[in-house]
Amino acid sequence: MSKPELLVTPKSVDHIKALLSAGADAFVIGEQQFGLRLAGEFTVQQVKEATELVHASNKKVYVAVNALFHNDRLDALDVYLKEMQKIGVDAIIFGDPAVLVAVRELGITIPLHWNPETTATNWFQANYWAERGAKRAVLARELSLDEIVEIKENSKSEIEVQVHGMTCMFQSKRKLLGNYFLYRGEAMEIENRKENKNMFLHDKERKNKYPIYEDLNGTHIFSPNDMCLIDELTELFEAGIDTLKFDGVLQTEEYITTVTNIYRQAIDAYFDQGEDAYEDLKDDLLEKIEGIQPPLRPLDTGFVFKETVY
Amino acid sequence: MLQLIQNDKIRETVNGKTVITKKPELLAPAGSLEKLKVAVHYGADAVFIGGQEFGLRSNAGNFSIEEMREGVEFAQKYGAVVYVTTNIFAHNENMSGLEEYLQAIEDVGVKGIIVADPLIIETCRRVAPKLEIHLSTQQSLSNWKAVKYWKQEGLHRVVLAREVGAEEMRKMKEEVDIEIEAFVHGAMCIAYSGRCVLSNHMTARDSNRGGCCQSCRWDYDLYENVDGEEVALFEEGDAPFAMSPKDLKLIESIPHMIELGIDSLKVEGRMKSIHYIATVISVYRKVIDAYCADPENFTIKKEWLEELDRCANRAAASSFFEGEPSYKQQMFGFAPSKMKWDFAGLVLDYNEETQMVTLQQRNYFKQGDTIEFFGPEIESFKMEVGQIWNDKGEEIEVANHPLQIVTFKVDRSLFKNNMMRKENK
Repeated sequence: MSKPELLVTPKSVDHIKALLSAGADAFVIGEQQFGLRLAGEFTVQQVKEATELVHASNKKVYVAVNALFHNDRLDALDVYLKEMQKIGVDAIIFGDPAVLVAVRELGITIPLHWNPETTATNWFQANYWAERGAKRAVLARELSLDEIVEIKENSKSEIEVQVHGMTCMFQSKRKLLGNYFLYRGEAMEIENRKENKNMFLHDKERKNKYPIYEDLNGTHIFSPNDMCLIDELTELFEAGIDTLKFDGVLQTEEYITTVTNIYRQAIDAYFDQGEDAYEDLKDDLLEKIEGIQPPLRPLDTGFVFKETVY
Repeated sequence: MLQLIQNDKIRETVNGKTVITKKPELLAPAGSLEKLKVAVHYGADAVFIGGQEFGLRSNAGNFSIEEMREGVEFAQKYGAVVYVTTNIFAHNENMSGLEEYLQAIEDVGVKGIIVADPLIIETCRRVAPKLEIHLSTQQSLSNWKAVKYWKQEGLHRVVLAREVGAEEMRKMKEEVDIEIEAFVHGAMCIAYSGRCVLSNHMTARDSNRGGCCQSCRWDYDLYENVDGEEVALFEEGDAPFAMSPKDLKLIESIPHMIELGIDSLKVEGRMKSIHYIATVISVYRKVIDAYCADPENFTIKKEWLEELDRCANRAAASSFFEGEPSYKQQMFGFAPSKMKWDFAGLVLDYNEETQMVTLQQRNYFKQGDTIEFFGPEIESFKMEVGQIWNDKGEEIEVANHPLQIVTFKVDRSLFKNNMMRKENK
């Protein structure tokens, strides 16, 4: 059994340095014109710098090109993909099949990771996109542990699973925050809020708080809890999941770095010293995360142990 | 308003008069066999229905295979076709039984399936190759290059994302030779379809397998987190934060959609009543037919617009068709209003000699009420109800028993399956 990759989301080029020291194996970067809900914004030049930095440590850079594209961004998409090819990033993350068509037409040779978020729900789909060139499938966060394991058993591609952080539960093309302020006659106010990522919706009935923000891609709403599987990793390790991802969107650099290191410790304990070492360590690791968890962000285990009906 | 650009590919001049030769399909929802029959009778060219598995409306009255067969046979008599929605994103546990199900659908003569998950696309191609494959809006298809992808994969038709506008549709038609289906009327998702799992988080119901509980229609309070302090971004008396979109209504854009060469115009609403389906389909039918028969002299009639509003319970808007929708296309601070008119009766028979209608009651009405008849064979008309008799020939003041059979005098011709509605006061 080989160690799973620990994939994290840096906020800046400098932050990558800290994350390399903390033990990250791979990084998701990009910019909102092409990628969705990134922890940080990286211009093409910064992607280049980041790639050089990361490659010097023999680690990987994946660029998010997973937006839902409209016609007006297709030309820019071609230019961007060619830039990425030149830089030599290690993978392109896509959800929209337009990216696949563009990659074929342009002769881009960067490996592809398929990530449509909510709709990656079964192993057949993982294999379908693998046959069309995807090296990896990034699974929906709304799956149970059994479903994840079964997908891994039946899939021809690498499987990536999120183990920590918040998850997006809604994307609208509409400017829902701006619209709300406009409706209330406070049109000017929203102009100052474009970059505000501190807003949340309060659901009084469920006593939940859902982070919400707007960007080029519309309005995004996030889960009320941060998922945290630090003490539930054994079955994912045993199943041979290829990549464990910590999505640090809307978190601070310090938090992302600390949590990255905590997951590093868990993976190393299990694979270097054995299952017992991880079992002995995991409660402490969970406590450490609980100790730095922001007060408005309770922890849970996502859908890994939660059944949904329909 | 957008400028209408004439499309030479879809028109011809016959005896000096221009007609549209490519008439789009009018596609209606049908949550039951009765609704399917009404939709077809009122002018739908095609209906989409849900089966008992693999579809997205767990609460709609879904069709058994036998009911599908009957529906297909009924539709065929009118030259109409039936599509079945199989548009869940399957989990591993949903994968069994799919082959048999698709074969059964093919066997009863369904024309195609509406599908999002490549599992179902590929399985259908393998085991039920006669079925057309239409990509569901659940794939949020929003650019021409992705349309090209699905064309290369051999799909017959794509249903566009609800976020696609008229100019984007034009470009898609120019770039790719594939049938395009677009929504024209009905309730909307505010999120990109398929990209919303609010229900999963809030009620443990899987929205992408038919469990959507419409959390986007609820009210929320907006706060800001300022250094750990929760600061309300509203004051006492402000409307709460809401995302609920107005319903889509593109009746006045139908000429535009026809000129764009859109192949299928889709009305949403498998959960809606037969009154709703009859009203909406008959009005869209009239508009499509009138424009195609004489595009140069077409104007939209006020009575068509009024008629369409009679079955509306939410305000309506054009959504993304003419550009990014503003806050005016959302509903803030008010609940759906009651419909202005209620379905009150279904015509079973009309006797030309005695001028007596035989009607199945569908809602309370009484002598003296103002009612309106409508149907595909007649121009809608209003009248006051005179004397009413029950099925024993006894005069009654009110028709207050559900489904009771009554007769009364109507001095204009009616046809079986015409409908009667009553103004809500």
